[in-house]
Amino acid sequence: MISKIVEQVSPSGIREFFDLVLGMPEVISLGVGEPDFISPWRVRERAITALEEGMTSYTSNQGLFVLRRAISNHLKKKYSLAYNPEEEILITAGVSEGFDLAVRTVVEPKDKVIVVSPYYVAYPALVQICSAKVLYLTTRQEDGFKIDPKQLSKLLSQNPKAIILNYPSNPTGVTYSYEELKEIWRLLSKKEVIVISDEIYEELTYEGSHHPFASLSQKAKMRTVFLNGFSKGYAMTGFRVGYACANRRIISAMNKIHSYSALCAPIISQLAAVEALQAQRQVNQMRNEYKRRRDFIVKELNRVGLSTVMPEGAFYCFSSLKKLKIKSMEFAKKLLYDQKVAVVPGTAFGKEFDCYVRISYANSLDNLKESIVRIEALLSKIC
Amino acid sequence: MNDILEILADNARISVGDLAKLTGKNKQTIEKEIKSYENKGVIVKYKTVINREKIKDEKGVVALIEVQVIPQKDVGFDTVAARIYRFPEVKSCYLISGTYDLLLVVEGKDIHTVASFVSEKLAPLSSVKGTVTHFMLKKYKEDGVVLVKEGKNQRLAITY
Ligand SMILES: Cc1ncc(COP(=O)(O)O)c(C=O)c1O
Repeated sequence: MISKIVEQVSPSGIREFFDLVLGMPEVISLGVGEPDFISPWRVRERAITALEEGMTSYTSNQGLFVLRRAISNHLKKKYSLAYNPEEEILITAGVSEGFDLAVRTVVEPKDKVIVVSPYYVAYPALVQICSAKVLYLTTRQEDGFKIDPKQLSKLLSQNPKAIILNYPSNPTGVTYSYEELKEIWRLLSKKEVIVISDEIYEELTYEGSHHPFASLSQKAKMRTVFLNGFSKGYAMTGFRVGYACANRRIISAMNKIHSYSALCAPIISQLAAVEALQAQRQVNQMRNEYKRRRDFIVKELNRVGLSTVMPEGAFYCFSSLKKLKIKSMEFAKKLLYDQKVAVVPGTAFGKEFDCYVRISYANSLDNLKESIVRIEALLSKIC
Repeated sequence: MNDILEILADNARISVGDLAKLTGKNKQTIEKEIKSYENKGVIVKYKTVINREKIKDEKGVVALIEVQVIPQKDVGFDTVAARIYRFPEVKSCYLISGTYDLLLVVEGKDIHTVASFVSEKLAPLSSVKGTVTHFMLKKYKEDGVVLVKEGKNQRLAITY
């Protein structure tokens, strides 16, 4: 009854663990992939006003022009990155939809697509739904979970159709300096590969500044689908609004699918997003708060013996269990049953990562502190 | 505001150790900085925000009192204000622009206590031209903290 393609999409072994967590009420969960902040008040206020004004219709498929123009201005001002709001920007129902459209737009059955692992779970799944083959570029803690240029060159020799980049990264928090990105582009530029760059955590960069892949050069821009949205930096996950920027052929093709499958992003969310772009002060406040929590938790995790690379962005730590000689699922279950703290086993992000767990610090400082006490308690039992 | 002040403003009971972990500074530096803020009067006091409505048998009323002052020769607002804010009943006292001059926050055991403070101590002052007393009926938010029950965060405990 169910399509073979869908049935073959790697069923996540983590689901059962998720259900366990969801069934336990008193848990401190460091497994959450979304901000613990509520959307800034002015954003909520705009959504309320939009309803009062009777803004309940569809918008154009491409999205409200005011929003596309506001995004265009924002990117120009922040990154000197110029996208024409008329034909190079598409408003999507979150980066999730933008990513799906990008893959379906450029990838054909049997194509190869490079996915950097550990990866955000949607990447390999949606590539597989397009009947394409995933080439995993596995990063290692020793390299700070960054792309190894040698490995990249090797995979490029298989002539992939596209590569998916994500920085700052979920689950490692790793991001790249301008020089590192230049080096990646130097290798990619020799091939015809399309870059799908998910930069949804861009606002949450704590060290140095973020450099959109499309800002590296005009050529890089022509080959990149730049995906971004409001879920993380603006704490607007429930609004379901994001955007894709690319050359007009790609955007127009993505819009073709979008106009049939989603029609448009919700109008209320689009209006709220226009307001969000004005809420930089609130974004900065949230960023400062995440940074403090990060400094706290990374130091503490390393102190108690879970070796953790300092994440430069997003709100995750990818912590190593190597010293403990325990599998990630076993550790996560012990931590859950014994100490009522939830983390996500590393295998959710790639099968090689069975000695890691993802720890989200999108949580109150009190909860983070208490979690460290509990993790320490568990470690003293199993070590 | 700098990091330390921002964190303390929200949680005055945080330990120096935790402040160090949050800011990346060492403990001695933080202790020195806090001392210096205290000495300069930047940090005035460490207080606790209490939701009195939740305390059993806790009575007491709060009133906001507008005070109009008679401008007097050679005596600025500061002198008049000083005469008023010295009363222990006065918890806060502000000079305000607009239709009146001073705004007082006064606390008392009950309405009568506050009323007699106004009629016996405040109104008789020669520099006070008139007062308007507003009794507070309900506190929704205080010092940035919402006191009434708000909707709970609906985040799922675990998501990618
Ligand atoms: C890397 C990454 N991309 C995309 C998304 C989905 O974002 P959106 O809410 O915009 O669909 C997430 C959310 O967890 C994410 O971590």
